[in-house]
Amino acid sequence: MPVPVDRDEVQRLVEEGAQLVEVLPEAEYEDEHLPGAVNIPLKTLDATSAGRLERGRPVVVYCYDSQ
Amino acid sequence: MSPRAASRLEGLGFEQVYDYVAGKADWGSFGLPIEGRRDSRTRVGAYARTDVPVCGPDDRLANVRELARAAGWDTCFVTDARGVVLGRLGRAALARDDDVSVEEAMTPGPSTVRPCFELEKAIERMHTQNLSNLPVTRSDGTLFGVLRREDAEARTASQAARP
Repeated sequence: MPVPVDRDEVQRLVEEGAQLVEVLPEAEYEDEHLPGAVNIPLKTLDATSAGRLERGRPVVVYCYDSQ
Repeated sequence: MSPRAASRLEGLGFEQVYDYVAGKADWGSFGLPIEGRRDSRTRVGAYARTDVPVCGPDDRLANVRELARAAGWDTCFVTDARGVVLGRLGRAALARDDDVSVEEAMTPGPSTVRPCFELEKAIERMHTQNLSNLPVTRSDGTLFGVLRREDAEARTASQAARP
């Protein structure tokens, strides 16, 4: 099960080498995103697009909010 | 959306997947750095002064007046023990010559903006409402700082002067 995390935990995970992934559409990512995040929109998230990510490192996904 | 993405990544074999459910709205509301076309330099948080004096509701106005003047401010924010903004002492309140409690003198519940609020919109609001500054609070209500109109306008003036 994916683990829900808060802001402080995100910062800790990133310091420890986690990968940040914004899953919103590209235009929203280009507008604003967390430092160092890559963009893989949910609609394009498959084995090919996920190939950009390193499997041995933690992955933190996020969108705009919890809605 | 992020729970579905997290689930899909697990389905693709990723073993350490975390979901930042509150997302970038939460991140920005705490004044943390943002990249992109509308990065942190376009937001209120980058220009908010964090040295504004604060006091508690039970403090005496006479003491707070001295503290604010010594710090060179004509405003002071009233916060609870957690730093949540309860009210504001503006120029008129600080100029009172009686010694009441801060709670009696303050204007409660000032309107605030988040650190990720756009600087241009904040300037427009200060113009429209004839405000000299805007308190900036995080999404939990704690004080982040104060955006002074002169600082915000100086910033936009320097940007406009660039070739």
